[in-house]
Amino acid sequence: MTEEIIIAGFGGQGVLSMGKILAYSGIMEGKEVSWMPSYGPEMRGGTANVTVIVSDERVCSPIINAFDTAVILNQQSLDKFESKVKPGGYLLYDPNGITKKPTRKDINIYTIEGAQLASDMGNSKVFNMIILGAFLKLRPIIDDKNVEEGLRHSLPERAHKLIPLNMEAVKVGKDNVKQA
Amino acid sequence: MGELKLMKGNEALAEAAIRYGADAYFGYPITPQSEVIEYLSEQNPYERTGMVVLQAESELAAINMVYGAGASGKRVMTSSSSPGVCLKQEGLAYIAGAEIPCVFADVVRGGPGLGTIQPSQADYFQNTKGGGNGDYRNLVLAPASVQEMCDFVALGFDLAFKYRMAACILSDGAIGQMMEKVVLPDQKPRMSDEEIKAKYPWAINGRKNGTQHRIITSLDLDSAKMEEHNIHLQKKYKEIEENEVRYEMINCDDAEYVFVAYGSSARIAQKSVQLGREAGLKVGLLRPITLWPYPTKAIDALIKKGVKGFLSVELSCGQMIEDVRLACNGRVKAEHFGRVGGIIHTPEEVLEAMKKQIIGE
Repeated sequence: MTEEIIIAGFGGQGVLSMGKILAYSGIMEGKEVSWMPSYGPEMRGGTANVTVIVSDERVCSPIINAFDTAVILNQQSLDKFESKVKPGGYLLYDPNGITKKPTRKDINIYTIEGAQLASDMGNSKVFNMIILGAFLKLRPIIDDKNVEEGLRHSLPERAHKLIPLNMEAVKVGKDNVKQA
Repeated sequence: MGELKLMKGNEALAEAAIRYGADAYFGYPITPQSEVIEYLSEQNPYERTGMVVLQAESELAAINMVYGAGASGKRVMTSSSSPGVCLKQEGLAYIAGAEIPCVFADVVRGGPGLGTIQPSQADYFQNTKGGGNGDYRNLVLAPASVQEMCDFVALGFDLAFKYRMAACILSDGAIGQMMEKVVLPDQKPRMSDEEIKAKYPWAINGRKNGTQHRIITSLDLDSAKMEEHNIHLQKKYKEIEENEVRYEMINCDDAEYVFVAYGSSARIAQKSVQLGREAGLKVGLLRPITLWPYPTKAIDALIKKGVKGFLSVELSCGQMIEDVRLACNGRVKAEHFGRVGGIIHTPEEVLEAMKKQIIGE
């Protein structure tokens, strides 16, 4: 099993940390992982994307051109990465702010109202965990208990009290992913 | 087994220095390796082991602090990225001349000049062929993973002290900034002053009780002595060329065509090997781990085994290819392929280059 994922959006949306939690969860699942960021010089407001690879084998190249799954969180990223999903692959996006919808017919396209659901939960910071949940529903490559373990390793100890809230967000994401 | 963590290459390098029992780090921040000094500052190594971490006022100051601390037998490290490593070349030539052990990491970015902050391998020449003045060499280790960013700190220090010279860890923005899993070694204690005195009779750490004074210098105005010193250095380099070559071969047993690549390019070429094998091509990968000393004999052995051509794959316009061609000595075809300016080649285009430039389709 090798799952090659791009997560792309604005800086500040939690793209890089979602990738990190996914990678740590992969390690807890006993997989090989890589996390390779690519972000503009801006800390906030610029585009941010991260390539995460989760595999049974040693990861050859952390930098890849085609993805099994693209997780897209803004229009610029959709424009850039829709064409880079492998045929038969998955594209998951948050329709919030998307004006030009994806058009490909040879991939599986799903939506998750991440921004809306986070707002409903009363905490905009769990946005990326809702997205992670939606991703894991489509690509069940990691067990929930290992996601929890991944969170424990990637969050500083003072934030461990937030793990139940984050796991709740993962569940909300899983329950609300929809075929586009 | 040590502690398993998900870390950036730069962070693993920094953590490895603390755990090796390094005495000091002197540096000056520059992208894409600023995480080294950031991580060290955050970890407060002085509390953990007594290791000194100091942000110097410039790269020049940092490398000369390395000279001073290294001359006293302490384990010292510095790191920078390409333009910063240029500034350190004067100090590195003095360190070579004065035979001071130290480790320096170069997390290469694109050039020339200020260049770009994206990954590059265009400083192969600078680090393997000199960069400072004089007939000297630095040991050059090329990590291809976060694990090796960690492991080569210990290897670098061991070799630097064995041969009394600088060991370079030549990385790039991809290996430095990517995260993957790493097994960290256990904490080693720093050496005490008494242990250093007993172990390194050359170190200058205070003349007491009638011991003869020791001199650390790269200068001798007596030509005969200077020639003798140079011959001594060359003898040491020869010994290293005989004993310290390190490399990895992947799918080379029956290979007809071989990629030669180090660091991040080696990971990409490894995927190209996999794609090529799936397409029925007998391709393999030679990954030099030491860039100096270079695995010249490994290339020679591959030619004798029937390899018909080599493609040197680097994020540069063609630097390591010169060493590949020297090893081939005109016997088989050797060409270069590489993207530059911060663009990273894909496994597909690397395989395509092998087909076009070497196999000839």
